[in-house]
Amino acid sequence: MALPEILTGMRVVIRNVFKRKETVGYPEVRRQPFPRFKGRHILDRHPDGLEKCIGCELCAGACPADAIYVVGAENTPEMRFSPGERYAQIYQINYLRCIFCGLCVEACPTEALLMTTEYEISGATREEHIYTKDQLIIDAPIVRHWDTKKEVSPDRKSVHKPAMGGRVRDTRYPEDFLPRTRGGHD
Amino acid sequence: MSGLIDAIGGATVVIALVKVVVVFLALMLVTIFVVYAERKVLADMQARVGPNRWGPYGILQTLADGIKLFFKEDFRPRYADRWTYALAPVMAMVPSFLAFAVVPIGDHITIGDRRVDFIVSDLNIGILYFLAMGSLGVYGVVLAGWASGSKYPLLGGIRSGAQMISYEIALGLSLVPIVIATNSLSTVEIVAAQSEQIQNVDFFDGIPILEQVAHFFEFVPNWNIWSQWPAFFIFLIAGIAETNRAPFDLPEAETELVAGYHTEYSGIRFAIFFLGEYIHVVAISAIAVTLFFGGWDGPAPDFLPWAWPMVWFLVKTGIFVYLFVWLRATLPRLRYDRLMWLGWKRLIPAALVWIMVTAAVNTDEVTRGVRLAIFGALGLLILIWVGRGDPRLLPATTPKKEVSSGAS
Repeated sequence: MALPEILTGMRVVIRNVFKRKETVGYPEVRRQPFPRFKGRHILDRHPDGLEKCIGCELCAGACPADAIYVVGAENTPEMRFSPGERYAQIYQINYLRCIFCGLCVEACPTEALLMTTEYEISGATREEHIYTKDQLIIDAPIVRHWDTKKEVSPDRKSVHKPAMGGRVRDTRYPEDFLPRTRGGHD
Repeated sequence: MSGLIDAIGGATVVIALVKVVVVFLALMLVTIFVVYAERKVLADMQARVGPNRWGPYGILQTLADGIKLFFKEDFRPRYADRWTYALAPVMAMVPSFLAFAVVPIGDHITIGDRRVDFIVSDLNIGILYFLAMGSLGVYGVVLAGWASGSKYPLLGGIRSGAQMISYEIALGLSLVPIVIATNSLSTVEIVAAQSEQIQNVDFFDGIPILEQVAHFFEFVPNWNIWSQWPAFFIFLIAGIAETNRAPFDLPEAETELVAGYHTEYSGIRFAIFFLGEYIHVVAISAIAVTLFFGGWDGPAPDFLPWAWPMVWFLVKTGIFVYLFVWLRATLPRLRYDRLMWLGWKRLIPAALVWIMVTAAVNTDEVTRGVRLAIFGALGLLILIWVGRGDPRLLPATTPKKEVSSGAS
């Protein structure tokens, strides 16, 4: 019977009208990423202010997209950047190539390279997307491109106001979707 | 003032002009809202928000799109036939507007000693005129496909032509029972016939409870839908096919034909096609309301008694436009041979059978109860026959799997 199937389909479709909308009124309202979301990188520092990065280029070697370019140089007693012998003289990540796999972070022996949850990486030129060392090292704050009126955390239960004209009622995530702690080591 | 009116040609001409201008402007406005409503409803049905940036609740989105289309480059392909290419969008749009001339959008008012009907023209062949205008729109589509000088528009145009021929027959035949029942082709008279109360409800008289139930329904208006719902069913399907909308949007099937007949159109010419299609949707909805759902008929309080019929008409038409969008959100596009199968092997025979049934039963000798019973039984049969789907598809359903009890 074709007709009952059509009616069933129409019922399925009309049910969506009464459901909450998944859309969030970006950029006025943003969904906060999960804590372990893989966004843009930062280069960490030691508590004493020295850079953790030792310019070993293991991240560049691990990168499957060939997005990282590192040139190491020797520390001198007068100009010391990192505790070891070497430091990264040039450190660039090309975000037009980066696939946000996180292999570089896993490869880093000193835990200098970390990933943030920042995902708003856009620009008008190719040059803008090549982040240099002074942008990546954490003294420089991460700058948003637009102002944010409202942030919605991923596990937020309450109802929030939508963007103009939208009818977003809730941006709750299902509990299963939250990152779970892995068993065993780690 | 009166000198000016006389110079134009008397009050009749002035009233006719005013009606035409008002209906034209109203249709343009309605199109803006229908396009907006379609996008919003479609978004609703897909759990999205839809346009919400421009104006409160995004209501000016269509206006913005229209302005954008106005200022876009009007590109004409090198191998396009120059004049036909320019003419085709207009050919597609104008008949949709013209079809509205026979739609009664309200009752009448009396200005001075002059009765003004809320209809552009009460033609005594109203339904025929509507059918003619509805099928004229296909010329625009076919010419657009041919004049573009490109293969995809050509295929879209040919499809549209074939589809229109197939479904125009069913559309016309589905309206014949209405004409038989009302004895008139004029839309005004059809609406007037429907606005009476249901009479002849004495079929159950003498049976204690059924009698009261039957008389309780005396307040129900005598709309054609009660007895003619199979005709309405056929009309609705054929009407959707005639407006080239999903699931019958083969002429512009984007998965196969890029954009079908308007592939090569851009800017304001494309906007005109767009406009024509939406007006056509509104026109089909309006005619469905007029012929089957009592037109402007509805309860009219004493406050502004001439405005209420228009409100009812708008509400009913709006429900139909919503149904159009609902179907678009639900149904996938038909395959071409299925489309032809449905049109020729189901809708046309069903419409013919229904005409015979109506002609045989719709006499004064048959009481209303018997008539409705026969209508209902035969209508149900036709509905099942049409709705059963293609029998060639039945063997293709998944056979039941034998359940094994696992490894043990």
